[in-house]
Amino acid sequence: MNRVDVREAITRAHQGEWARVVAALTRRFGDLDIAEEAAAEAFATAVEHWPADGVPPNPGGWLTTTAGRKAIDRIRRENKRDGKHKEAQMVYDDPPEPVGPIDDERLRLIFTCCHPALAMPTRVALTLRMVGGLTVPEIARAFLVQEAAMGQRITRAKAKIKTARIPYRVPSGQDLPARVSGVLAVLFLVFNEGYLATGPDTDPVRHDLTAEAIRLTRLIRALMPQDGEVAGLLALMLLTEARRTARVSGSGELVALDEQDRGAWDATLIAEGHRLVRERLAAGVAPGRYQILAAINAVHTSARDLRDTDWSQVLALYDQLVRLDPSPIIALNRAIAVAEIDGPEVALAAVDRLEDALAGYHAYHATRADLLRRLGRSQESRAAYDKAIGLAGNTAETAYLTRRRDQLG
Amino acid sequence: MRYLVSVIFDKAGLATPEEDAAIDVFNERLVAEGHWVFAGGLGAPTTATVIDNRGGEAMFTDGPFLESKEFLAGFWIIEAADLDVALKLAAEGSKACNRKVEVRPFL
Repeated sequence: MNRVDVREAITRAHQGEWARVVAALTRRFGDLDIAEEAAAEAFATAVEHWPADGVPPNPGGWLTTTAGRKAIDRIRRENKRDGKHKEAQMVYDDPPEPVGPIDDERLRLIFTCCHPALAMPTRVALTLRMVGGLTVPEIARAFLVQEAAMGQRITRAKAKIKTARIPYRVPSGQDLPARVSGVLAVLFLVFNEGYLATGPDTDPVRHDLTAEAIRLTRLIRALMPQDGEVAGLLALMLLTEARRTARVSGSGELVALDEQDRGAWDATLIAEGHRLVRERLAAGVAPGRYQILAAINAVHTSARDLRDTDWSQVLALYDQLVRLDPSPIIALNRAIAVAEIDGPEVALAAVDRLEDALAGYHAYHATRADLLRRLGRSQESRAAYDKAIGLAGNTAETAYLTRRRDQLG
Repeated sequence: MRYLVSVIFDKAGLATPEEDAAIDVFNERLVAEGHWVFAGGLGAPTTATVIDNRGGEAMFTDGPFLESKEFLAGFWIIEAADLDVALKLAAEGSKACNRKVEVRPFL
């Protein structure tokens, strides 16, 4: 096996096995910190030995066994230091608890990392580290945080989980829907940060983050195939990701939906997203917000061009969404569909009603600017573009808004 | 596993009769389900005295150790298997006493 093959095998093992190894070790040793460190050591050992010894026939098993030994070594070292030989012996002699399907272990890990007693940025960081296998420097870079600060955030979270005894389990029955939606919120946040990356020196689309969010959502989908919202979020991400390359021009400017080269959309991702949306429609269960958002995106990605879009279908879906989530941001997006059906004047009236709630949100001003432009009210449109540009954090969006403003007559 | 559930409040004055009644119902449940360890309401922060006896002679200072808008108005100490159980109980405690609460584990 040549070096490239070995490197690929290690990358594959890392993507496929990291969460499994961490989950299995957390269950066995009851300690996230030990599990994380031992898993990292096991992968480092693989990098060291596989090129010479070859890739083992069962990489996952090899990594779990190696990580288990590393964990026991650490526990022994610490116990020797603390003079607790007996406990070390107990851990060593205890055969690992017989566990259910290993996949459940990964679900436990996910639910623990996304526990509601942890702050949202902490949940995101912990999930990317423990489940995603990203390194602390990678996560720090992704969220424009100092490495030391990110390391501390993760260390504190592990300590809280241990000290406050956040349980390592899949929530049961009545708690499950709320906890699943907490997990999905974490993944959606990672995806959105990738999709609309903020910061003046950041790439407009961070493919590493969108890809990671999709990978983790696929994992949860595999673990919870019956959950409609999990399917909905995966479909939403796929249908959004499918348009990624068409969404930013060669010069780094955002390309709005009406100007996108639809031939550049990823047909495979769209087909998979549409399949998921159809599957949820066939299930005949009232959809949650991710499923409705996915359905809206399915309508957009089914149209040959903007005029071909079934706007009445889009509006009907937004009406359904508003009933579920009467937030001003949903109302703003609904107004965009209203503009296509009832015209920009009706839409503008609806948007203007949102001013109190959304005056600090760039998309509110960008939407107003576009509607005012279509109504020929150039001066007001220009002022709205100025406000949107001042508030937008994404470089491609700023470039797009600036061009649209400068095109005003 | 024991948790301290601190009751946080920002106004002078005691619990209303309705709040007291709800707290009684909640306490009875804690006892019945084996979660009860101890609980109590506290006097206002102005009734506190801070003592520092690290220097050989005990120093007494009138008032609470921390001047803040919000203060500890009372507490429960509960027995719970894990944080999920503690959070559920704390949520009910918050509803019963009609105040915010904070949950912290004992070491």
